[in-house]
Amino acid sequence: MSPAPVEITVSATGRKITVPTGLFINNEFVASVDSKETIQTVNPATEEVICSIVAASAADIDVAVAAARKAFQTTWGKNVTGFERSRLINKLADLMERDAQELAELETLNNGKPVRVARDFDIGDSIQCLRYYAGWADKITGEASIDNKTKFAFTRHDPIGVCGQIIPWNYPINMWAWKVAPALACSCTIVMKPSELTPLTALKLSELVVEAGFPPGVLNTVPSYGSVGGAALSSHLDVDKVAFTGSTLTGRKIMEAAAKSNLKKVSLELGGKSPHIVFESADLDQAANWAALGILYNTGQDCTAGSRLFVQDTIYDKFIELLAQKAQALTISDGFAEAASGGPVVSKTQYDRVWSYIESGKAEGAKLLIGGQKRPGKGFFVDPTIFTDVKPTMKIVKEEIFGPVLSLAKFHSEEEVIALANDTSYGLGAGLHSKDANQCMRVSSALEAGTVWVNQYNMLNNNVPFGGKKQSGIGRELGSYALEEYTSIKAVHWNFGEKLDWPF
Amino acid sequence: MTTTFTHEFNTPVFTGKTSFPTGLFINGQFVGGADGTTIDVVNPTNGKVVTKIAEGTSKDVDTAVVAAQKAFDTTWGLETAGAERGKLLNKMADLMEAAADELAAIEALDNGKTFWWAKNVDVTASIACIRYYAGWADKNHGQVIETDENKLAYTRHEPIGVVGQIIPWNFPLLMMSWKLGPALATGNCVVLKPSEFTPLTALRMCSIIKETGFPPGVVNVIVGYGQTVGQAISEHPHIEKVAFTGSTLVGRKIMEAAAKTNLKNVTLELGGKSPNIIFNDADLDTAVGWSVHGIFWNHGQACCAGSRIFVQSGIYDKFLAAFTERTKALKVGDPFAADSYQGPQVSQIQYDRIMGYIESGKKDGATVHTGGERHGTEGYFIQPTIFTNTKPTMKIVQEEIFGPVGVVIKFEDEEDVIKQANDTMYGLAAAVFSQDINRALRTAHKLKAGTAWVNCANTLNPQVPFGGFKQSGIGRELGEYALLNYTAVKAVHVNLGHKM
Repeated sequence: MSPAPVEITVSATGRKITVPTGLFINNEFVASVDSKETIQTVNPATEEVICSIVAASAADIDVAVAAARKAFQTTWGKNVTGFERSRLINKLADLMERDAQELAELETLNNGKPVRVARDFDIGDSIQCLRYYAGWADKITGEASIDNKTKFAFTRHDPIGVCGQIIPWNYPINMWAWKVAPALACSCTIVMKPSELTPLTALKLSELVVEAGFPPGVLNTVPSYGSVGGAALSSHLDVDKVAFTGSTLTGRKIMEAAAKSNLKKVSLELGGKSPHIVFESADLDQAANWAALGILYNTGQDCTAGSRLFVQDTIYDKFIELLAQKAQALTISDGFAEAASGGPVVSKTQYDRVWSYIESGKAEGAKLLIGGQKRPGKGFFVDPTIFTDVKPTMKIVKEEIFGPVLSLAKFHSEEEVIALANDTSYGLGAGLHSKDANQCMRVSSALEAGTVWVNQYNMLNNNVPFGGKKQSGIGRELGSYALEEYTSIKAVHWNFGEKLDWPF
Repeated sequence: MTTTFTHEFNTPVFTGKTSFPTGLFINGQFVGGADGTTIDVVNPTNGKVVTKIAEGTSKDVDTAVVAAQKAFDTTWGLETAGAERGKLLNKMADLMEAAADELAAIEALDNGKTFWWAKNVDVTASIACIRYYAGWADKNHGQVIETDENKLAYTRHEPIGVVGQIIPWNFPLLMMSWKLGPALATGNCVVLKPSEFTPLTALRMCSIIKETGFPPGVVNVIVGYGQTVGQAISEHPHIEKVAFTGSTLVGRKIMEAAAKTNLKNVTLELGGKSPNIIFNDADLDTAVGWSVHGIFWNHGQACCAGSRIFVQSGIYDKFLAAFTERTKALKVGDPFAADSYQGPQVSQIQYDRIMGYIESGKKDGATVHTGGERHGTEGYFIQPTIFTNTKPTMKIVQEEIFGPVGVVIKFEDEEDVIKQANDTMYGLAAAVFSQDINRALRTAHKLKAGTAWVNCANTLNPQVPFGGFKQSGIGRELGEYALLNYTAVKAVHVNLGHKM
């Protein structure tokens, strides 16, 4: 008996959204095979429960993987042309576009981010991401060599197979698109585990997968607790590859499980403590805008958040005044409010985490420029918080906070700030502001990060790769590079002229 | 003066009405030609005039180039992001899909190919081509190239600017798609001359282009004659690149005109006299089926037609018998009849040319194994024709006939047939039939042709490049390779520390 969908009313707009609550396997929403566990989804602005959905067990993961394997061997994988995959992915993008407002409201309800941002940025970028990879689907080429006179040697870029994909709660729809698009373009099948905190839009998107016309089993959605579904996928003997975005802590567990099971391929997109540098020649007003964006966008819940800001001493006083103004000009509120620039943090756990860092900052002697006071009332709201006079040893400087909390330090020379910037086990993002072109090139060369922004921050493009150095990750998403994550190279040596003499 | 072409189709395979504006399509508008003259559009099934359309002149080309340049500088080129260009191309494909039957019917009416072929091959492949290039629009990357730490060197893949495109009458819509796809994906603006024999689907496409929302001036379509409009495009000082598909004869003129004026970039996709080699160990049925398709597809009006069929002596009699039987069974008739395989040739000129070659074959002493005559009494229909007992020096063996006329030649030796196959100034395509994969690959690799088919013929995919060796052309269309035709590569060297 399949679980009934629920009808949710968005009180701010009056919109009624029907949300499927079952596990999405083989194009159907089904109950768990052996468990009665459910996940309660919560609205972080009101702290109220939105609805309950089925939580997948390890046995359900088996069912989903089997469905994905069957599809890979029969209707997908090598059995579908790139042209057809392109058509289907483009159709999915069209459907997302059609339903953008509804999806945005559901995203805001579950994640808290402003509706306008969810619709125009998260969903807008996701639609473009799907279209971008739809365009790659029929362009996956191998190499052919003519160096050998008696042999025809060429490579085939085969799909890897069944891919487990585990995505986080900070950009539920956007992270879904980043994973799904290249995997489908390369003809892999998917078992997708959305975050247990924000599974609703992934379930809703599963309906569009059916409507677009994907064969059953190509994409399966199994909300579950990380320790259950995530662990099961990472150690599954019939999953060929796992792709994960989330914390470095969990990333290690996934890689370990992969190593201990079937050595499945692993790509990881983990945390960061990204340095953001303002040199004295920078356009200060613009730099302040980008710096504020860097830590406050998505309420600081961004793996590339520019959470360590370094300001050159000659412009320090002027700049921090500007920055404080910029930060205070933003409205953090319920995501359905017109003026909202940011929403609450996603959950009680995150809320408590962020606050414990703020308290530790105070306790370790950092000075508060703005923020640091809890708001009364309901909702996991954290106001922009900027600490100055920080030291490299402080927890708020070393550890990823994942909230709107900035550590701000002064520096004198370029060499000094490069050393400070690189002094971290992370290496995801970095930014610098300067009008000196040679300095821009020197510093961007020296920064140990997978993405370096010059006179900008946070802005990504679907055709430019993204990923981490050091402990921020393995592999790259976006761009043509993502295709390599879902491709397995086979070299074919076809002899048509060489006879083997024996004994040789 | 806005003119509209309206036509009611009431046929066994398609009923419906089409009505669309005609004229020169410049800067998003349909206009008359500068000289006010017109061109007759003729129905090749009966030689009757279907409609008159505006004739373009060199003055109109000038106007179009100005519009295209303006669009390139303001609304297209690098002003529109690749993702947006791709989106428009996909939208255009959607509209083509919605009008698929209509486009097929117009093509059949204008060109003479059957509605079935027009719909299932021409229109389908055109849409696929546009969608393929839509996907490339935001992926035309340059490179970052390692030199030393004191320099950043990278390339930009920029659009060229205003490009001229001259397309033939054999696959009007398909050739338009092959040209527009890569040119628009890479950000160029286009001045396109359809063939004066078959302008109707191009004009219908102009309405689709307009409805899609391409900014005015991005695509301009000028119907006119080769010596006037084609020449004007080839010589134009502000057109930086010309792409031509057609005869080798005209291809030379275009390259010459480009050389004499602004040395514009030239890509050519010209004629062929493609060999089709059938070894003793070929699968007979496979070889016969593909060989029929190889020469009789599109009434033989294909640049890559497998018109010289070499059959090894051990299989010769069996092959010839089966091939002839299949050929005789091909139904020649009205393009809109349900069972027609082959319609008329495209024009009186082509009809006369082909019949001229048939006569020359007869005069030179070759045997007409089947066909060799006109079909019916009205229109430009020719019977599918096979010649045997030919000599290599005969005109029907050397020259491109571009009609449903194949020559079948017996051979013995593998080395010899490869020599004979390569003994031509052309090098567009070739086919090999053998169940011995070693022999098939060995032969395919030795044939001097831009496309080598193994156990198939005349089958193309938008992802796989197509073009000629030798005098069959310069450059490649289709696949990623086509992007280079419409890309201007700029290398940027940024000095970070080298002192002078």
